[in-house]
Amino acid sequence: MQDFIIRRMLWMVFVLLAVTLITFFLMHMVPGGPFSSEKALPESTIEQLNKKYHLDDPLGVQYLKYMQDILIPVIMTGQQQKSLDHEYLITIDLPVGDNATLRWVNFGPSYKSISRPVNDIFRENLPISAQLGALGVLVAAVIGIPLGVLAGAKRNTAFDYAGMGIAVLGVSVPVIIMAPLLQYVFGVWLGWLPVTGWGEPKQMILPTFALGFSQSAVLARLTRASMLQVLHEDYIRTARSKGLSERRVVLVHVLKNSMIPVVTVIGPMLAYLMAGTFVVETIFVIPGMGKFFVTSITGRDYPVIMGTILVLAIFLVLANVVVDVVYAWIDPRIRFT
Amino acid sequence: MATTQISQPAETVEATDQIIQLRDTDQGRSLTADALHRLVRNRAAVIGAIIIVINVCVAILAPFFAPKNYDDASFRDNNAVHSWMTHVFPNMKPREEGGYVTVNDDFLLGADALGRDLLSRIIYGSRVSLAVAFIGPTISLTLGLTIGVTAGYLGGKVDNFVMRVVDIMYAFPTYLLIILLMAFFRFGEREPGTLAARLGDIDASLGGMLFIFVGIGLTSWMGTARLSRGLVLSVRETTYVEAAQATGARPGWIIRQHVLPNIIGPLVVTETLSIPSYISYEAFLSFIGLGVNPPRPSWGGMISEGAQKIQTYPFQAIFPALALFLMMFAFNFLGDGLRDAVDPRLRGVE
Repeated sequence: MQDFIIRRMLWMVFVLLAVTLITFFLMHMVPGGPFSSEKALPESTIEQLNKKYHLDDPLGVQYLKYMQDILIPVIMTGQQQKSLDHEYLITIDLPVGDNATLRWVNFGPSYKSISRPVNDIFRENLPISAQLGALGVLVAAVIGIPLGVLAGAKRNTAFDYAGMGIAVLGVSVPVIIMAPLLQYVFGVWLGWLPVTGWGEPKQMILPTFALGFSQSAVLARLTRASMLQVLHEDYIRTARSKGLSERRVVLVHVLKNSMIPVVTVIGPMLAYLMAGTFVVETIFVIPGMGKFFVTSITGRDYPVIMGTILVLAIFLVLANVVVDVVYAWIDPRIRFT
Repeated sequence: MATTQISQPAETVEATDQIIQLRDTDQGRSLTADALHRLVRNRAAVIGAIIIVINVCVAILAPFFAPKNYDDASFRDNNAVHSWMTHVFPNMKPREEGGYVTVNDDFLLGADALGRDLLSRIIYGSRVSLAVAFIGPTISLTLGLTIGVTAGYLGGKVDNFVMRVVDIMYAFPTYLLIILLMAFFRFGEREPGTLAARLGDIDASLGGMLFIFVGIGLTSWMGTARLSRGLVLSVRETTYVEAAQATGARPGWIIRQHVLPNIIGPLVVTETLSIPSYISYEAFLSFIGLGVNPPRPSWGGMISEGAQKIQTYPFQAIFPALALFLMMFAFNFLGDGLRDAVDPRLRGVE
């Protein structure tokens, strides 16, 4: 299994490199630059800004410089001024030399908000988005999977119809509708929960539920379909003919084997949600990373674009690796290829 | 049907004749007819189909159904409300009774912030959503099917390479691609007469719809590609394909004759089931401001504008949301019905 993980990690590096390359060149192909959208700046100012951020260099050079900032650690000596351009995520004090420090991973500045380099965005907003995303998927799994199991095990009964009715509702009501609706019902009309913010448990309930509900519908349908397929398998028939109780058959044998499609879907779902969801974070005013995904692209804020997309790509690839490992745990017939 | 002379004892000749007679009257039914028959029996799917057909008629004949034009702004009537709504929404009291709401019975469902009739905007907005619902899956299916079948049938290195490309596209931010498409063709300067300019003009004349649909289709083909590749992999191993290959049939012929008919079923079902996600994706794009050009209405954009006023004029968000919900509901039921019709095993009904 170590072999498998190492090989997947190598693929991950390749995929990440490809994603950064494509994203970098694609975003430079979009007409307009970071400084061209708002008020018309005088020529000399634009020139100065371009020189400062090295936007004049040929694209290849810019790309290499960007990757160098991220991948290659730098040793700095002497008293360092706190500068927003030389802001690194990892700072290790070295015992030798004159105030020497090893610094690593600088994702660059943000063109739109000068005082918040991308590293700051990662330090402050990413944990919040990750929390929201993880909790959302948890809610989705806790609601969706049991619903699906119940609907699948007792098909064509009231449980089935009710469960799938709720699931269709969840899939048909996109988050854009669900979030303001929840805000209105629980925040304004009933007044039980606060409508915005993040931090206290009270504030976390509505956004997590808004996020989790639509995803839970997807999981519920998938679980039910998968269970129905597994219920026809021969080994289930064997288990029943051995005299096991229906409950044991379903919970022990059917459930584990029907988890493969579910896990396949949960992996990327977790990655996407942890990287930040724009709608929920906007409507509930949560300081997460979601808005940077959208505003950076429309504002041509290159380092932020690269940073957010890198985060998403890393999460996705990690999620895929974990999903593959879980496959082997669930179904021993699957060998690591 | 030809009956063969079987030398049998006399008692069983009649029995055999009867059996053969029964077989003569048993009309064969094609698989599609079978599926359609099952679909029609599913009431929820039929209701869904009826809703969709009604929506399509209303969308096509919008000028006849909509009382006003969708961009008839009238600032005198902004945020106007019909009298039936003051009874339904308790907070909205008319001016005459000390509230803040202007009542104007010209607008059946009220007016938005610029005085445009909400009902008309909802009717015209259905055009956008329906166009996405039909064009998006078509593009995605065409692209995904081609790529997936090629990768699955040819196998080996081609398969590997194509699947890595699909992986990379999955990790890729689709917003970037859509914005790039739109920025290139819509906002960029271009010489008149070039292909880019022509496409941009078509897009502008359609109210900005062309590139959204193309963009949505271009970014959603990956799932279809993966699914069709998986299906092709299993069909490829069947004996009839092997026989066809052994007798020297060309791959193109084999694919058309044997592979495609066998995989088209689950693919169509999956696409239909994902139509609500296309509609919701378009609504999301309108929500963040990347949708169709204003003043052309789109349900997502209307919800986003109305969401800001949810405490004072909730109907501006609620009615488009209801319309969106109804359409997605209908497509969901239809998709579920199709899936149950095409493969009843999945539902557990024999």
